[in-house]
Amino acid sequence: MRKLTYADAICEAQMEEMARDHSVFVIGEDVDIDGGVYKLTRGILERFGPKRLVGTPISEEAFCGLAVGAGMTGLRPVVEIMYIDFILMAMDPVINQMAKIPFMSGGQFTMPVTIRAQAGAGTVEGAQHSQSFEAWFAHTPGLKVCMPATVHDAKGLLKSAIRDDGPVLVIENRMLFYEEEDVPEGEWLVPLGEAEVVRTGRDLTVVALGYTRRKVLAAAAELEGEVSVEVIDPRTIVPLDMATIAASVRKTGRLLVVHEAPTRNGAGAEIVRRVVAECFDYLDSPPQVLGGADLPIPFSPALEAACIPQVDTIIAAIHAVYP
Amino acid sequence: MKTPTRNQKLDMLRRMVTIRRFEEEVKRLYRAGEITGAIHLYIGQEAVAVGASAVLCDDDFVTSTHRPHGHCLAKVFDLRRTMAEMMGKATGLSGGFGGSMHQFCKAKGFLGGNGIVGGGLGIALGAAFSSQYRGTDQVTVCFFSDGAANQGVLHECLNMAALWKLPLIFLCENNRYAATTPVAKSSSTEDIAPRAAPYGIPWAICDGNDVLEVHRCVAEAVTRARTGLGPTFIEAKTYRAEPHCGIIADTRDKDELAAWKSAAHDPIRRFEACLLTEGTLSEADRQAIHAGVETELGEAVGFARQSPLPTLPACPSERSSTHA
Repeated sequence: MRKLTYADAICEAQMEEMARDHSVFVIGEDVDIDGGVYKLTRGILERFGPKRLVGTPISEEAFCGLAVGAGMTGLRPVVEIMYIDFILMAMDPVINQMAKIPFMSGGQFTMPVTIRAQAGAGTVEGAQHSQSFEAWFAHTPGLKVCMPATVHDAKGLLKSAIRDDGPVLVIENRMLFYEEEDVPEGEWLVPLGEAEVVRTGRDLTVVALGYTRRKVLAAAAELEGEVSVEVIDPRTIVPLDMATIAASVRKTGRLLVVHEAPTRNGAGAEIVRRVVAECFDYLDSPPQVLGGADLPIPFSPALEAACIPQVDTIIAAIHAVYP
Repeated sequence: MKTPTRNQKLDMLRRMVTIRRFEEEVKRLYRAGEITGAIHLYIGQEAVAVGASAVLCDDDFVTSTHRPHGHCLAKVFDLRRTMAEMMGKATGLSGGFGGSMHQFCKAKGFLGGNGIVGGGLGIALGAAFSSQYRGTDQVTVCFFSDGAANQGVLHECLNMAALWKLPLIFLCENNRYAATTPVAKSSSTEDIAPRAAPYGIPWAICDGNDVLEVHRCVAEAVTRARTGLGPTFIEAKTYRAEPHCGIIADTRDKDELAAWKSAAHDPIRRFEACLLTEGTLSEADRQAIHAGVETELGEAVGFARQSPLPTLPACPSERSSTHA
């Protein structure tokens, strides 16, 4: 075992895939200047040169469109969007083009495009640098969406995304960038569409998306001896590993989904829908979602914290589902 | 720059006539209910698609627009599968999943029509980036319109194409109308091509109804692109002889329409007159070309009618690799 940060795991995944496949290149704003703003491309320039690590003007629509054209003509682009909020400038290439062309072309074209974008609140950057958009993209047929919440998954999911022949949005979380974990030496992959049962329990199932995984685990630890909490990290939102979630809910009879994105029309609502459809007879209480407030994220640190799930609000939500 | 040979000229004429007759047949089948959806006809602009595509090799790339039948026929030249796609049949170029606006042909470098005005610009940028990255001499021609010229992404793509000297030809077909809005009401300048100048991109304006002039202009741009000199911007002045799409009535000035459809402006009649005058084409040749096109078109419609309908793939969005 060795220590690795989430940011270095992202660098390592990209470099391993670039070494493995010459068609892989990384493109985005500032990626070729000192390893990028968040150091997520550190070491790539020195090893692979500027041809394969392409810094761009601030032109999200054009360089996401570029990824579509490159993906259709034999390359395997990895696009870095500095903040997921900025991807809204590129909704046409992402939603209208890359998600649809494999289908619209009758399967003639693959679209091996990976988009890495970091999301979430917690660093007091205001309403346009703090959003969680997984539900927007999960709603678009043709896109896969994953949300690595550990160092291990940051590397393993990204490598799977790069090797996938369809477009994959990898939503990273900057609160985790410099967190360290013990990980194995060498390479590993985490398949898209495979959830992880992070903690086993009997009384209720909590499905935790992205960064909330840590807070849910802290809440579960605090409730030890009082409530036996099973924690599942779906890791991939599309395709969703419903089998693992449904098996857990059939065991516990109760479900809480936690995510940072606003509760209204969020990814949690879809998980609840599927659980109700598949596990209705096993439910002992109404499934619930604890999401962010239905508000733009406010700047003031106290207000920001109040707008996203925290350990105490997660504990309260668990008590509500398991009175 | 080599001028086209006799055979090349006759082939260009044949392709222009094919596009014209294909579109007229599409219009007829649309009115008869055999073709449905949004139909954007290319009639009047044939010289642009044919003049440009005649310069290209099979492995060069083309991106097209919501008005793609002409570009598709010029680059791919498969009447049967193009017509089958119009009818939503499984034998269509896109297996019936794309339709009029989304014909694709990977084997011939045709990267698709596009339902979004300006949607092809970024894709063309990527195709040109890709050939530079892979070290090939492939070029990309990006067809777009006076309408797309007002999308912000054109600015982004001009900048990046110039910055990286990409082998890309921006081919703006100024057909004078964006949907129903005339250029004079949507563009701050009459000419669009000079928008390339601030990026250091060479530009030219050509008569888009003169196929040989389009060919000459594009050939120069392609040579530049193939030799690493980067992008070129060409504005081809032309005219959309039909309304924006199948469902819209034509409210344009009748005299204006008549003038553009006259022998003096119509790109096919002009080219035929030119070839007849220079002796490249005899009246018998001309009639043979038209008769040949009729035969192929009839076969294409028959093929499309007899083709089966497609079926849906199972749960395409959750497949592990590609869909469809």
